[in-house]
Amino acid sequence: MTAYDTLIPINIVTGFLGSGKTTLLARLLRSPALRDTAVLINEFGEVGLDHHLIEHAEESVLLMDSGCLCCAIRGDLQGALRSLFSQRTRGEIPPFRRVAIETSGLADPTPIAYTILAEPVLQHHFRLGNVVTVIDAVNGAAQLERHPESVKQAAIADRFVLTKTAMVDDGGRVVRAAVREINAAAPVFDIDADPLNPDALLTDDLYATGGKRREVAGWLDGFAAASGDGHDHDHSHGVGSFCLRFDGPMDWTAFGLWMSMLLNRHGERVLRVKGMVNVAGVADPVLINGVQHIVHPPTHMTGWPDGDRRSRIVFIVQDMDRAEIESSLNAFNALAA
Amino acid sequence: MCSLCGVLGGRGHWTESSSSPEAFASRREEVTRRRERQERIRLANRILGHYGLKLTDFSGGSYVLSTHTGRSKIVDNITEVWIAAEDLTGRGCDPLDPALLAGLAAR
Repeated sequence: MTAYDTLIPINIVTGFLGSGKTTLLARLLRSPALRDTAVLINEFGEVGLDHHLIEHAEESVLLMDSGCLCCAIRGDLQGALRSLFSQRTRGEIPPFRRVAIETSGLADPTPIAYTILAEPVLQHHFRLGNVVTVIDAVNGAAQLERHPESVKQAAIADRFVLTKTAMVDDGGRVVRAAVREINAAAPVFDIDADPLNPDALLTDDLYATGGKRREVAGWLDGFAAASGDGHDHDHSHGVGSFCLRFDGPMDWTAFGLWMSMLLNRHGERVLRVKGMVNVAGVADPVLINGVQHIVHPPTHMTGWPDGDRRSRIVFIVQDMDRAEIESSLNAFNALAA
Repeated sequence: MCSLCGVLGGRGHWTESSSSPEAFASRREEVTRRRERQERIRLANRILGHYGLKLTDFSGGSYVLSTHTGRSKIVDNITEVWIAAEDLTGRGCDPLDPALLAGLAAR
């Protein structure tokens, strides 16, 4: 079995039509830290990308018999990523150490994540890195109210990048509030106001040895900045996030039974789960990370942040009740007592 | 991994700590794969009993899920257990169902 942290990370850069994905990518790729990045793009926009490793993939989705929409292998990506890896192995292209995929504006990023995690060949060479969602301050808030694709892109984001904030009177306050209501766990960056830090956007993630502590701190800070634990919502999309805290240790077997059962029944509405679990009998926190029906292999972090050993699990859900989820997990955990 | 699509091969199921040894490296005492598997079956049966189902081990690598009337399915991991349970009973197995939670608390 390949150690998960030795696999080549793939970042998904997504965002609605015209949000500025290519502009962001072009700026990021100028950084020396991202020089060894291969880029896959689904559509050529008006902004040209001047980079030495660019492949183009037509979108094609291979739906599985089960009809589970999030669990579809993206045939285009399967072919493009296999081809890239094969060329890399043969020395025909430079030995890239990261891949960035720029999705089309209407793409649901979940099948991309599924392809990376479940495709029998790719899963031994690649892993999913951060999903970066670009939101345009001029149109973003309205798009989040009207377009389910945009909500989905926001719900599974690990990072938000706001664009065009200088073009709105409020400096992006409204769009920032709109994305925080959907997903309070993802740090928000303003492409015009904040320094563009490739580490903070792309390379700090749950599987990066040096970055996982900052990654977890980012989730917790997000909820502290929102309202502490997230909050109820009354938007048409019905998507919101909350952070559950559990004082006592979790039994890993009971937790696995509960989570797998929850995702089997409600995976289409559990858009994202990530957390730090105090597993009974294990000294360090076990980190979990899931996108709809798809769950990454768990990993660990050395030591507990701030000495606080409570489990903290972030849920981004659509039309689901926080109290029901919390009491259900407590009931399952009690089975092991 | 999601097993809804039946993609073969790959890593073990994410719920099995033996599939992610690095994540559980700071365990205070060793938990063998066999012991964890037995505990999984024991706890799963507390839940599956609510639906009239029983889970047993099959050669240390798979599971057999059976109804009281003798219908059964062989499955490879715990996600497949829930899919098979819904198939065998014709009803959704919902961990948020208040009746299930009341039943678990009463046992």
